[in-house]
Amino acid sequence: MRFGVVVFPGTWSDCDFHYVVSEVLHQPVRYVWHRERDLSELDCVILPGGFSYGDYLRAGAVAGRSPVVEALRDFVGRGGLVLGSCNGFQILCEAGLLPGVLTRNECLQYRCQSTHLVVENADTFFTRGLRVGQVLTMPISHGEGKYHADAETLARLKRDNLIAFRYATAEGKVTKASNPNGSLDNIAGIVNPEGTVLGMMPHPERASETVMGGTDGLLMFQSLLGSLVEDGSFLKR
Amino acid sequence: MKVRVLVRLKPGIMDVQGAAVKRALAGLGFSEIADLRIGKVIELELDDATPDARARVREMCRQLLANPILEDFTIETLADLAPREVAR
Repeated sequence: MRFGVVVFPGTWSDCDFHYVVSEVLHQPVRYVWHRERDLSELDCVILPGGFSYGDYLRAGAVAGRSPVVEALRDFVGRGGLVLGSCNGFQILCEAGLLPGVLTRNECLQYRCQSTHLVVENADTFFTRGLRVGQVLTMPISHGEGKYHADAETLARLKRDNLIAFRYATAEGKVTKASNPNGSLDNIAGIVNPEGTVLGMMPHPERASETVMGGTDGLLMFQSLLGSLVEDGSFLKR
Repeated sequence: MKVRVLVRLKPGIMDVQGAAVKRALAGLGFSEIADLRIGKVIELELDDATPDARARVREMCRQLLANPILEDFTIETLADLAPREVAR
């Protein structure tokens, strides 16, 4: 599976994602500069975290209109896979590739901490190796991660099962106390109806080796790669 | 041609930044504030020859300057701004 890791001026998780894909997963990967428009040879494009273009105006606003993100529309239309984490999630929302928007954390603090995520949808390319109700542990690191959408959009997300992850306790209970940023309905990540575009505030790339404190993030990459195994045997579902 | 765009959070959207500033002002003794909300001012200078300048700026707001999920915007042209400048 050929990966591309997008780099905007101000991106900071690009090297981490590149490392995980090349050194942990041993998959071909290249950096994609924000001015590039040709994504045709890639299977999966990753939008990493950071502060693209300084996050001026709004987080992800300028990046959401950049050449590479314009090219991403065609890429997604052709069935290409896109994972946006942290700033990448903000960019996907600003670009309209996912619904809603990420706003200032309710606590007003920049939160850099470990979180528990309960899996809500195991039918996406990124979560196929997981079980609904499974609890993953991954770090967050953001100041603007409070997910917001209007009531109609929230109802559609629920009806169509487009919520991928919600912040929860270690036991998988979705509580107010386990919500680190005030996100609507504890939403930590959502997908498009095709399950090919996933945006999430937590950082799977920072939970992909035991030395980093956990490997739950790796499960998402393994789901992704396993989704190309025709008999699905590795998925153990 | 000078144009000023005011971008505000929509009514009903919680403004955590505004709430924090309101608390800070209350700490300074300004306890009379019932509500405080923070927006953005964007000043543009357009070529005088720009046709349909207001419509062009509206399009800029729709495409980038405001996020319609969260924010409303108002556009003031020089004519609107003049009295305000004098008043200052």
